[in-house]
Amino acid sequence: MPIGDWFKKEQKDDTQSAAKRAVPDGVWEKCPGCNEALFIKELERNHMVCSKCDYHFPISAQMRIEDLTDHGSFEELWVEMHSEDPLHFIGVKAYTLSLDKAKKTTGLKDAAVCGRALIDGRSVALGVLDFKFIGGSMGAVVGEKITRIIELATEEKVPVITVSSSGGARMQEGMISLMQMAKTSAAVARHSAAGLPYISVLANPTTGGVTASFATLADIIIAEPKALIGFAGPRVIEQTIKQKLPKDFQTAEFNLQHGQIDMIVDRANMKRVISRLIDYIGS
Amino acid sequence: MKRFAYDFERPLVQLETKLEEMKKLESAEKEDIAADICYLEEQIQKLRMRTYSKLTAWQKVQLARHPNRPKMVDYIEAIFTDFIELHGDRAFKDDSSITGGFARLDDEKVMILGHQKGRNTKENIAWNFGMPNPEGYRKAIRIMRLADKFGLPLITFVDTPGAHPGIGAEERGQAVAIAESIMELSGLKVPVIVSVIGEGGSGGALAIGFGDRIIMLENSYYSVITPEGCASILWDGAVSAERAAEVLGLTADKLLELGIIDTIVKEPLGGAHHAPALVARNLKKEIVSALDELKAAGQESLADKRYEKLRSIGHYAEHLKALTK
Repeated sequence: MPIGDWFKKEQKDDTQSAAKRAVPDGVWEKCPGCNEALFIKELERNHMVCSKCDYHFPISAQMRIEDLTDHGSFEELWVEMHSEDPLHFIGVKAYTLSLDKAKKTTGLKDAAVCGRALIDGRSVALGVLDFKFIGGSMGAVVGEKITRIIELATEEKVPVITVSSSGGARMQEGMISLMQMAKTSAAVARHSAAGLPYISVLANPTTGGVTASFATLADIIIAEPKALIGFAGPRVIEQTIKQKLPKDFQTAEFNLQHGQIDMIVDRANMKRVISRLIDYIGS
Repeated sequence: MKRFAYDFERPLVQLETKLEEMKKLESAEKEDIAADICYLEEQIQKLRMRTYSKLTAWQKVQLARHPNRPKMVDYIEAIFTDFIELHGDRAFKDDSSITGGFARLDDEKVMILGHQKGRNTKENIAWNFGMPNPEGYRKAIRIMRLADKFGLPLITFVDTPGAHPGIGAEERGQAVAIAESIMELSGLKVPVIVSVIGEGGSGGALAIGFGDRIIMLENSYYSVITPEGCASILWDGAVSAERAAEVLGLTADKLLELGIIDTIVKEPLGGAHHAPALVARNLKKEIVSALDELKAAGQESLADKRYEKLRSIGHYAEHLKALTK
């Protein structure tokens, strides 16, 4: 590649990231779904959902909690829990550096935020994954916090609600991550055996070890519109079967059609629907 | 005849082929080369030690995938008697990449369950290279429930590159099938003994791959993701699977150190396929002794103990390190 091209590419990236950086104090945000320029104030009022094409922008765990729970009711637990890099994992860069970076950008210690909350005055135990923290992936901390919130719900006899957006098990913690699938699932089994309700919300994207454990073991599974939900990633499937994938493959709509989820609910209606469900299945 | 060999085994195989030729010459009494043969045998012995005594993680992954490595079907024959295979998920089809049924372990009635990898191309195609679809996991759940209902200890064998990635698999709920299998396994009241005999590929392995005891053959692997998958995601394919295998901590000795597994069964130099009967005998010994221990512990508390065991897996810290000592 000629040096000139390389420079051009760099420049282009710079302007892009500069545009992105400008967004928080800017007025407009471009929708990745339909390319429409959206007025940020309005976008925020609309729970970060595009009013033109219904594209659901990824949102932070914090924003989700505000969206779903009664104002000021969320009481976060195990705030300081963090990873200890058990394998001393070094990929392109050290795992500890990825962790530090994720902590800085999200203000979180790991990808799960868990705690007690109220939904329309009713007590629930809530666990939310933040995709911005290493792809919302589940290592020892996420596994432990999700397990604890389910155990707490069992003990306090309240419903569990999880909101997932995750690439799956966290590679950087190897088999310790994989075993978190068993740990969280075992906790769900006990919560369920106690006759308590579990509602799982799947946001874009939820794949791999999270869909293959606690996130699909709920009594009711709700997805956000157009969210990518599946076990294997589309790229892996395409490479394996050497066929083009159907257009809506692994979307929430595809999953609903194939009987894998109960319903698709818009972000703006999510709290209301969960509240109505708890009305039926909560104690 | 050309023997299957990985790159790292090639120098050894060359010497061994040479030795075979010399032995043929000698038996034809064409030349007196007894001393040469003796010398070559010594060299081969030394090279074998050098080749196999300090295997890298990647070399172990390769041995775990070796086409001649004993498969579940071999262990069923070697370890159990009176196997009655069960079929089907009662919903869609019989997925033969997972097999299971009643069997006897000496005098003990047990239920066995495992991934079926083929011993040849024909079997591999029929059994989908040991990569189950959702119906395979649903069959596994059926078999687990039967074991629980009739009080039969569950003995599982793990040997899969992973659950099958495909359109149909996603349509029929691969994720939830695995999740439900994991959940079912976690609550069984009967003893659950797991043997990882080859590949322990991710969630597709975990679905039948944890229990009261996890035994691993020395050159098998158990991993959150295949080394190839990890390399392509983390390094964008720039770095080999070899490097990924090293950092993933997927070998039996590393997993014993991490407290994920309980026992390692040694293999002969070069892997289980060099002495399948011996490996099967040693594996059987471990399974029998694990079962004896678990039975002695009493059935009532097994699910609780299994829960506690899972509960203890996780390395994390809860408090920030103090700034000053």
